[in-house]
Amino acid sequence: MAEASVTLTVNGREVSATVDPRTLLVHFLREQLQLTGTHVGCDTSQCGACTVHLDGRAVKSCALLAVQLEGADVTTIEGVGGPDEMHPMQTAFKENHGLQCGFCTPGMVMKGIDIANRHAAPDEATIRRELEGNLCRCTGYHNIVESIAAGAREMSG
Amino acid sequence: MTRERHYIPESRQREKPKSKYFAIGHSMKRVEDTRLLTGSGTYADDVSLPNMAHAAVLRSPHAHARIVSIDKSKAEALPGVICVMTGAEAAEVTGPCADFSSPPTTQHCIAVDKVRHVGEAVAAVVAESRYIAEDACELIEVEYDPLPVVVDLEEAVTSTGDAVLHPERGDTNVALQRTITFGAVDEDFAAADLVIERRLRWPRSGGTPIETVGATAHYDRGTGKFTIHANTSMYNYVGWLIAVSLKVDPHRLNIVPTDAGGSFGSKLFCHKVCTLAGTLARAAGRPVKYLEDRIDNMTSGDAHGSDRLYDAQLALKRDGTMLSMRLKVIDDYGAYFQYGVGQHGNAMAQVTGPYGITSVEVDLTAVLTNKCQQGAYRGFGSEVGNFVIERLVDAACEELGLDPVEMRRKNLIPKDAFPYIMPTGNMYDSGDYHAVLDEALGMIDLEGWRKKQAEARKEGRYIGIGISTCQERSVFSATEFWMWNPNETPGFTLSSSPESVSVNIDPTGKAFITLNAPFWGNSPETMAVQVLAEKLEMDPADISVGYADSDKGFNSSGPGGSRFTVMIAGAVSGAADVIREKMLRVASHMLEADPSDLEFRAGSIGVQGVPGKEKTLAEVALHAHYFRLDLPEDHDLTSGIDAAYVYDHPVTTMPSEDRSDLGIFYPIVGHMCHIPVVEVDVETGKVDFLDYVAVHDCGTMVNPMTLAGHVRGGTVNGIGSALYEHFHYDESGQLQNALLSDYLHPTLMETPVDIRVGHVETPSPFTEYGIKGGGEGGRMGAPPAIAAAIEDALKPLGVKVDSLPLTPKVLRGMIREAEANGGG
Repeated sequence: MAEASVTLTVNGREVSATVDPRTLLVHFLREQLQLTGTHVGCDTSQCGACTVHLDGRAVKSCALLAVQLEGADVTTIEGVGGPDEMHPMQTAFKENHGLQCGFCTPGMVMKGIDIANRHAAPDEATIRRELEGNLCRCTGYHNIVESIAAGAREMSG
Repeated sequence: MTRERHYIPESRQREKPKSKYFAIGHSMKRVEDTRLLTGSGTYADDVSLPNMAHAAVLRSPHAHARIVSIDKSKAEALPGVICVMTGAEAAEVTGPCADFSSPPTTQHCIAVDKVRHVGEAVAAVVAESRYIAEDACELIEVEYDPLPVVVDLEEAVTSTGDAVLHPERGDTNVALQRTITFGAVDEDFAAADLVIERRLRWPRSGGTPIETVGATAHYDRGTGKFTIHANTSMYNYVGWLIAVSLKVDPHRLNIVPTDAGGSFGSKLFCHKVCTLAGTLARAAGRPVKYLEDRIDNMTSGDAHGSDRLYDAQLALKRDGTMLSMRLKVIDDYGAYFQYGVGQHGNAMAQVTGPYGITSVEVDLTAVLTNKCQQGAYRGFGSEVGNFVIERLVDAACEELGLDPVEMRRKNLIPKDAFPYIMPTGNMYDSGDYHAVLDEALGMIDLEGWRKKQAEARKEGRYIGIGISTCQERSVFSATEFWMWNPNETPGFTLSSSPESVSVNIDPTGKAFITLNAPFWGNSPETMAVQVLAEKLEMDPADISVGYADSDKGFNSSGPGGSRFTVMIAGAVSGAADVIREKMLRVASHMLEADPSDLEFRAGSIGVQGVPGKEKTLAEVALHAHYFRLDLPEDHDLTSGIDAAYVYDHPVTTMPSEDRSDLGIFYPIVGHMCHIPVVEVDVETGKVDFLDYVAVHDCGTMVNPMTLAGHVRGGTVNGIGSALYEHFHYDESGQLQNALLSDYLHPTLMETPVDIRVGHVETPSPFTEYGIKGGGEGGRMGAPPAIAAAIEDALKPLGVKVDSLPLTPKVLRGMIREAEANGGG
């Protein structure tokens, strides 16, 4: 099997790796880098549980090959904030009960930060429209929308 | 033991509801959140063992076929492949999967000789990576001999010969047929002024959590012991049955629970994936991870929900008084029958709803077809019962010209009638249904919406208002799983369906709680912390929670049937009593006071009436751990402070032998009222929510924030069931929507901007603190309310709602037909 090498930045650290060229970014992150906070839900890019940041924008890591990311800057949920220093968006999800099982949550947080980065004070309609590609089966979305609005306020404040 | 009919055991409640709580009733932020928010959860796919290999499964493209031959040589030759197993090979070492039906259907973790639904496993590959395993699956050559396919539930009743899925059960696909009558049904129908009849169709949907099912298994040849890490739930209840399948003694299987990324019932047991992973790990001689992909989960996850056709009758007096019901139902169970008709046992707990109906007859036909088998989905069959009875009530209102609110108000069981024995013999422990109705009506401007509805209709817009008043039974005992069986089998006695916890106080006075059932998406850690904090007046931040594996775990039935909060509250409360007693004994020696003169104060134990004479919990704990021998002689007082407590089902009784009385088996009964306001776009069939009120009474609330989360999430599950979700099998048994790209969950664009949640608290007299379950409620109330709202919106067109889901396409068809028939 042909192998390819790729060098990219993940959570602020440069990573060089050899991969099977067909390796999806999400599998590269989860299996080669053990960054298991990024999840696979649907296999078909519907659910958004695998959302990470690529050069500052939210992308679905199940829809990219690792070898496409030469020189790229990738951030996962682990790079956003740890248990002792949560990002304001993570804190907002906790404060607003924006999660139940937590499986979609890293993707929701990553997308939420992206929304907040692009909209200073996103309203409810904006958040819903932007978040359409992320599925949650637990919460009914209400508190996720509230969380992102609150997180965005905190980030811009 | 024979008991008097409708005997109600004395309550074993020890903690009465209180007017003021230390920790219960507070919207405490969740204990679970920090790890889940930072990517630190451990879900099934996050388990990694040294030298671990990966499995993939080749699945049947046929709905029903004999397996003629399997050639796996090319797959085995692929570099990186460790082993390939067919069903016949697996069956040499592993027995059939666990099954609770009587007699059982035989299901193997890989099909043997015959496949019975699309997606059934035909062979499995273990390889160095999942990618290679998937490649190898494509190299396996299978020859099939197709058999007649049964997909229609009415045709299944009469199919014979090669169309029979399990010939060893007889020449029929009818798995169970039985009629049970409770009360004077014939007399009540004879006395009726009116009988409402409806043919109602409830569609097959499923919990379909975002995380699928997975297991990582390791077989230690030296000890002959399996260790299986999985997102299964009832591992401390019936997990030993997986050991039976793997043909080892139960003590040679340790199941280690992972976090579950949602379940909604679908991960209740997950025995097949565990059995498969164990079988492959033993064969490969290496740890093996198998995680369902999305198609695996949708086609073969053993967790499709109820799929029922009802011919339903409601007998009434002309003034609207409801007398009796006759329900004739066919339920399509799919290819296997793992829980028997447990879903119909469940429905019997509340089949007559919140109404003062005195008799009911249920004629049940369960059929087997070439589909994925049924499992559990939020409501476990009772949600369908709620839909049926509410549709009948609305039809009666239409027929009699009665207002749906007043009709319900007239028939709701009054609050002074509790505890109430309903016709099947189950008990509704407590309730104030009129208060729930009034709370909901107080939250919504019904008159205002009626005005807006009238104005909108002038503009050609269709707004509708629906209402449902439904039961939410909670805290099952096992009767539901076997009551429909022939009377002579299986001969269970009263089941205790227990739950347990252990609590350890460390030398610094902080607490660790061990649960014996997993996290599957709800808030078990938060619940346990709040109850222990209440009992010991501890700072919740000083309590942490973990989960026992099956080696260390004990009596637990796990979450399911909206039981977990009630049951772990009982277990934590019981354990805390033991802890309290021991801390008081130690403190009494330290303070030289009688234990009866001591009291728990926030964070310490002190002498009543003597401020300042106290020891902190940390001081007491330190002494108990290290300096027991420094204390005076005290029989049985040993070092340390810990307790394990098993809490049995709070109140349950046996069915009568002839099943005319099912006894008390699902008695902690909540109630809800849902009122959605919808607008139907008649051009597109799209339904939008203009308002939504959901009021629930789940007894004493442990955490209003998380309960509201459950209500909202469950309601959106109900919106999915009502409007979008349906596992669609075509005539050849192909599942046409096995991905989330075409099996449509509601997204943010289909859900109400705000589901306004209200609470009423009628404490249960039977559970600790009066807590009732609330995990399933939203989905149990939303579908009938939405159906009513849509029917109300389209009233000018004369559209009747008798089946779900009401997808835009279905609704457009109904509107088109109504218009062609002169409606509107």
